[in-house]
Amino acid sequence: MAADNVDKNISRRDMLANAVRGAGLLALGGVLGAMVNRPARGETFWQIDPFKCIQCGKCATNCVLNPSAVKCTHAYSLCGYCDLCTGFFQAQPNGLNTGAENQLCPTAALKRRYVEDPYYEYTIDADLCIGCAKCVKGCSTFGNGSLQLQIDQERCVHCNWCSIAAACPSQAFSRVPAGQPYIIKTKTRTG
Amino acid sequence: MPIGNPPSQFALGTTRRLAPSQRDAASIAPPTPMDRNPWANVRCYLSNRWLSALLCLLSLTTTALAEERFPPPDFRSGYTIPSTQLPLARAALWQYIDVAALAIALGLAAWLVLKKRSRRGVFILLIASLIYFGFYRKGCVCAIGSIQNVSYALFNPGYALPWAVAAFFLLPLVATLFFGRVFCSGVCPLGAIQDAVVWKPIQLPSWLDAGLGLLAYAYLGLAVLFAATGSDFVICQYDPFVAFFRLSGTAQMLFLGTVLLVAGLFVGRIYCRIFCPYGVLLRLIAPFAKWRVTITPDKCIDCRLCEQACPFGAIRQPTPPRVAPLCRRDRIRFVLCVVLVPALPLLLAFLGYRAGPSVAQVDPIVTLARIVHSAGHGPVTRTVHDQLEAFRQSGRTPEELYQQAAALQQRFATGTAWLGVWMGLVIALKLLTHTVRRRTPQYIADAGTCVSCARCYKLCPVEQQQRQLEANPAPV
Repeated sequence: MAADNVDKNISRRDMLANAVRGAGLLALGGVLGAMVNRPARGETFWQIDPFKCIQCGKCATNCVLNPSAVKCTHAYSLCGYCDLCTGFFQAQPNGLNTGAENQLCPTAALKRRYVEDPYYEYTIDADLCIGCAKCVKGCSTFGNGSLQLQIDQERCVHCNWCSIAAACPSQAFSRVPAGQPYIIKTKTRTG
Repeated sequence: MPIGNPPSQFALGTTRRLAPSQRDAASIAPPTPMDRNPWANVRCYLSNRWLSALLCLLSLTTTALAEERFPPPDFRSGYTIPSTQLPLARAALWQYIDVAALAIALGLAAWLVLKKRSRRGVFILLIASLIYFGFYRKGCVCAIGSIQNVSYALFNPGYALPWAVAAFFLLPLVATLFFGRVFCSGVCPLGAIQDAVVWKPIQLPSWLDAGLGLLAYAYLGLAVLFAATGSDFVICQYDPFVAFFRLSGTAQMLFLGTVLLVAGLFVGRIYCRIFCPYGVLLRLIAPFAKWRVTITPDKCIDCRLCEQACPFGAIRQPTPPRVAPLCRRDRIRFVLCVVLVPALPLLLAFLGYRAGPSVAQVDPIVTLARIVHSAGHGPVTRTVHDQLEAFRQSGRTPEELYQQAAALQQRFATGTAWLGVWMGLVIALKLLTHTVRRRTPQYIADAGTCVSCARCYKLCPVEQQQRQLEANPAPV
C-alpha cells in the first residue's frame, strides 16, 4: 500500500472526496446546531401534568421499571390535613385508624401521623409507592387534590420515549425542561 | 358543584370538618364522638349505592382540579407545613462524561481496527462499551434512538434537540465517514451484546441477506415518519436489548430480546443486519469512508479463510473472469431495472398516499378522534372508557379534535407518500446494483456491510505470517 502512495501530492479525486466529506459534515452540523439552538433549548425530562391525569392506574403497570418510577407526591400546601382523608381511607372504613383493612393504599405507602386535633399529616413512602393512583383518585374526588402523581426523576431512567406516555389515555405526559422537572399543584393554578 | 344535588353537598358538609366556624367551635368544646367519626354521619344518609353514584357524579365534574374544598388549617401546635420532596435527576455533568466516553470509544475503536488490527482489543472495547453504554447508562439515549429525536426536531420547531442527543447522532456518523463502521464494532451496546454471543454462525444465502436487509430501510422510514408526526418513537418501543440493560422490562421486550439473542447464536448480529435503522445510515455512508478495513495487509493469496471468519456475510468474493458474452436476457434485465428506478418510487408513492390515513391510526390523537366519533357504538373497553373520560374532562370540543386529527391524517398521507418514494428508490437501486457487474479483484470486506469486527485479521495467514516475522525477525 505504501508503495502506491509514494507521490505525496494529493490526487484530484482525493481532494474532491475530502471536500465533499467536509461540506457534508458542515451541512449536517449546521442543521443539528440550528435544532439544538432553539428557544426551548436544554435537556428535557418526562413529567405528568396533574391537571390532565385521570388516575387510570396505567402508571403502575406500564413503566419499564418495576416498581414504577411514577410516585404519589404530596403538595402539602394544598392539603386540608383531614381526619377523614378520602385518599387514605377505603370507602366506609371500620374506623378512622391505620388498620390495614381501612387503608386505600395497597402497599401502605401513605403514612398517617397525628399533628393536632383534628388534623393529621399524610406522607408518602416513595420506596413502597407503586404509583397506582388510588389515593390520588380518592383525594381528587372528595378532597383538595393535594395528592398527585409525579415521575420521580431520580428513579426514572429517562427513556427517550416514555412507555407510560405511550399508554396514557389522557396524554398527560410531556417533556419538561430539566431545570423544572416537576409540575406540583399550587393554590394559584386551579385548572 | 352542580346545583340541585343536595345529598352530595350535604355529604361534603359532613366530611368537611375544617370549616372555620366548626374549627372555632372545636377549639372551645371537646369534640363529641359524632365529630370524631364523621363517617358515621355519612353512613346514615348514604347507602353504598348512593356513594358510588355520588362518586361517579363527582368524578365527572371535579377530578384533577385543585379545588381547595378544605382550606389548609392554621396550626396552633407550632407544626410547620413540610415542603414537597422532589428528588433530582443525575447531574447534567454526566452528559459531558457520556459524550466524552462516546468520542473516546470511537477513537479507540478506529485505532484498534485500523492501526492495531487487534480482534482482542476490539473485543475488550466492546465489552467495556456494553458495560458502560448498556448496563450502566441503561442504553438510553443511544445513537439508534437519536434518529427519532432529530426527525422530531426537524418537523416540530417547538422542540429543541438536546445537545447530548445531537452528539450521539453526529459523532458515529463522523467516525464512519473517516474510519468505516467502527461504531458498530466496538461502541454500540446493541451491537456489542450480539457480537459477544456469536457462537456457530451460518452463512445466509446472499439473496436472503439482501432481501431481509431491505426491512431495515423500511424500519428507518417508518421510524422517521412516526417521530416526525410526534406519534411514537417505535425504535425505542421495540428496542430488543434495552430490557436486558435495565434488568427490567415488559414481557414483550424481554421476549423479543431473547429471541434475537438466541437467533444471534447462529446468525451473527441479526438485529444489526435486518432491523437496525442507524445501521442503514452507516451502510450508506461507509463506502465514502476515508480509511476502512482491509483484510490483508499484503497480497491476497485467495485462501478464503476470511470468508469463513466473517459471521456477518460481509466479505465480497473476487469476480470470476467473464466467460460468456452479455446475452439478450442480461440486457433486458438491465433496462427493466433502469426503468424501475423512476417507476417504482412513483408507484409506491401513490400507494403510500392512499395508505396514509390507515397508517395514521398509529397516532394517539387520530385514534382518540375515532373513539370520540364512535362513542356509544362498539365495545367500550377500559382503555376506551378512560380515553373518553379524559377527553371529556379536557373541555375541548369534538370538532377541534376532528380538525386536529384530519390535519394529522393529511400529514401522514404526505409522509407515507415520501416513505413510498424512499422504499421505491431503495428497492430499485438495489436491483440495479445487482444487475451491474462490479469488478472485485480480490477478497475484500464490503464497505457497506462490514462492521469492522476485526475477526478476519485473525484468520488471514498473510497477516499472521507478517506478525510472526515482526515478532522474531529472521536473521539476515
